[in-house]
Amino acid sequence: MAGKIRIRAKAENGVTEVKALMRHPMETGLRKDQEGNPIPAEFIKEVTVSHNGTVVIQTYWGASVSANPFLGMRFNGGAAGDTVTVTWVDNTGATGNGETKIR
Amino acid sequence: MQPHLIAAATLLAVLTGTASADDGMFDEYREMMGDDSPAVFVIDEGEEYWYETQGPKAASLEACDLGLGPGVVEGAYAGVPRFFEDAGRVMDIEARLQHCMIELQGRSAEEVNRKPYSLRGDMGTEMEALVAWLADQSAGMAVNPGQVTPEEQASYALGEEIFFYRAGPHDFSCATCHGQNDVRIRLQALANLTTHEGAAEAYTSWPAYRISQSVVRTMGWRMRDCMRQQRLPELIMGSDASVALQMFLAVKASGAEMAAPGLKR
Amino acid sequence: MQRYSFLGLLGLLVFPAFADDVHTVMRESVANINGVTVSRVDRDPLQTFCSKPRAEAGDQAVVAELRAAAMASVMMPADGAFLGSWQSGAEIANNGRGLQYSDDPSAPNGGNCYACHQLDPREVAYGTIGPSLTRYGARGQSDVVLQYTWTKLWNTHAYNVCSHMPRFGAQGILTEQQLKDVMAYLLDPASPVNIPTTD
Repeated sequence: MAGKIRIRAKAENGVTEVKALMRHPMETGLRKDQEGNPIPAEFIKEVTVSHNGTVVIQTYWGASVSANPFLGMRFNGGAAGDTVTVTWVDNTGATGNGETKIR
Repeated sequence: MQPHLIAAATLLAVLTGTASADDGMFDEYREMMGDDSPAVFVIDEGEEYWYETQGPKAASLEACDLGLGPGVVEGAYAGVPRFFEDAGRVMDIEARLQHCMIELQGRSAEEVNRKPYSLRGDMGTEMEALVAWLADQSAGMAVNPGQVTPEEQASYALGEEIFFYRAGPHDFSCATCHGQNDVRIRLQALANLTTHEGAAEAYTSWPAYRISQSVVRTMGWRMRDCMRQQRLPELIMGSDASVALQMFLAVKASGAEMAAPGLKR
Repeated sequence: MQRYSFLGLLGLLVFPAFADDVHTVMRESVANINGVTVSRVDRDPLQTFCSKPRAEAGDQAVVAELRAAAMASVMMPADGAFLGSWQSGAEIANNGRGLQYSDDPSAPNGGNCYACHQLDPREVAYGTIGPSLTRYGARGQSDVVLQYTWTKLWNTHAYNVCSHMPRFGAQGILTEQQLKDVMAYLLDPASPVNIPTTD
């Protein structure tokens, strides 16, 4: 289930707005399940957004970001048809990625 | 290049000094998220489960009749609870899905009942995903439960009786919290479920992605969790009481437009 | 622990042998879980009578009997002392746990007063199902006030049949000591409930 990213990117007046919704449990490692067993930490550490191969933002997250996190951002530039890519890496080394064309 | 970062999705728990119900703030949050609610993932997962071959009969749920004919999913959620001839009883969406899992796929009643709802640490169950997808297939449609057959009418009457049923060490009924206008528990506003407006607000917004739990919760789950808070035992999914309570709410909400899966705290 | 108050007079009312249809449905629709048994959906005469909309008054003769039974159920403190510690009372008023199947049965139950009532005027997170109890202690601590308040907490139906407030004493939700602590939270002049805000 973790790994899917839903991305929308829209350009208007020289600014591109990117919205990315990520499927991820963002488990802090501090919780216990119904039986009292600790639930291992599993959270995204880094998210990178790129435009036509150039990095426009790198964010560093931790366990305080809630599950199925949403990232919204805007960058100057971008035109309809350009590629926007979102990738993440979590504390276990797992990765997720997705891409879309700017509308 | 100066990227402008909008806040990531941590829950906005803003309490104002006037201490009225926080719903205004949460409505803004909902608008900001738009249709980027994590429910969209769960909807896709529900669709996958519908078409997935499972059980000893190696069948999908594609032939399941949810009231509008085998395999007709658009509008089906808005039409339950209703009486199903082949089962001989009134069923809500979860009871009907269980029926199809057992009859079409050959799965055991024990298996489909074992863990219908997510527990702490889970990212969702099959039932939650299916209900989310089916609710989405009824988005924008009018709530229209069956009220034609004697069984359907009896289910409504039973649901109303259960709504006012005082029991348990705290003597709580549903009406204790949901039987008046404009009251709240702590800062959580409470809908008056005996009115059309209150019932509509509640019934059309479940199932919902519950941010605090990171999963989609169904109306049936909400009934169960209310009963837990009423200090009552565990409500069995698909039971007559669960169906009747949902029938009561659905009838009160009749005509309102489904807007599920919604987003809730 | 549920306690039932039975009065001979209530024999005048006819309750079907194994209750009615709705009770049977409830019994069949729930399961035992974590020590909470299906018997919790069995109703006593008060619960059965009060299973109705707030606006419906019901048979006034039955109301009178239930009120009398509720009054008779009240157990005043054994040592005659009504007031405990308001600090402990504050914790009890804020604690919403106890008797749910998700709760630890070995932990003390809370009163969850703030779910329904305003108390300390500095606390903004209060409910409005019940009236505000801010400055409750302005009533003083006469015997009448002490006994009235204790009775309300023990079994509110002694005054208001079919109130939606739990029977904290009669149903064994709070212990005698906990009730004394809640009494202090309400009535002690030093309790924040009775200290006005400065702004």
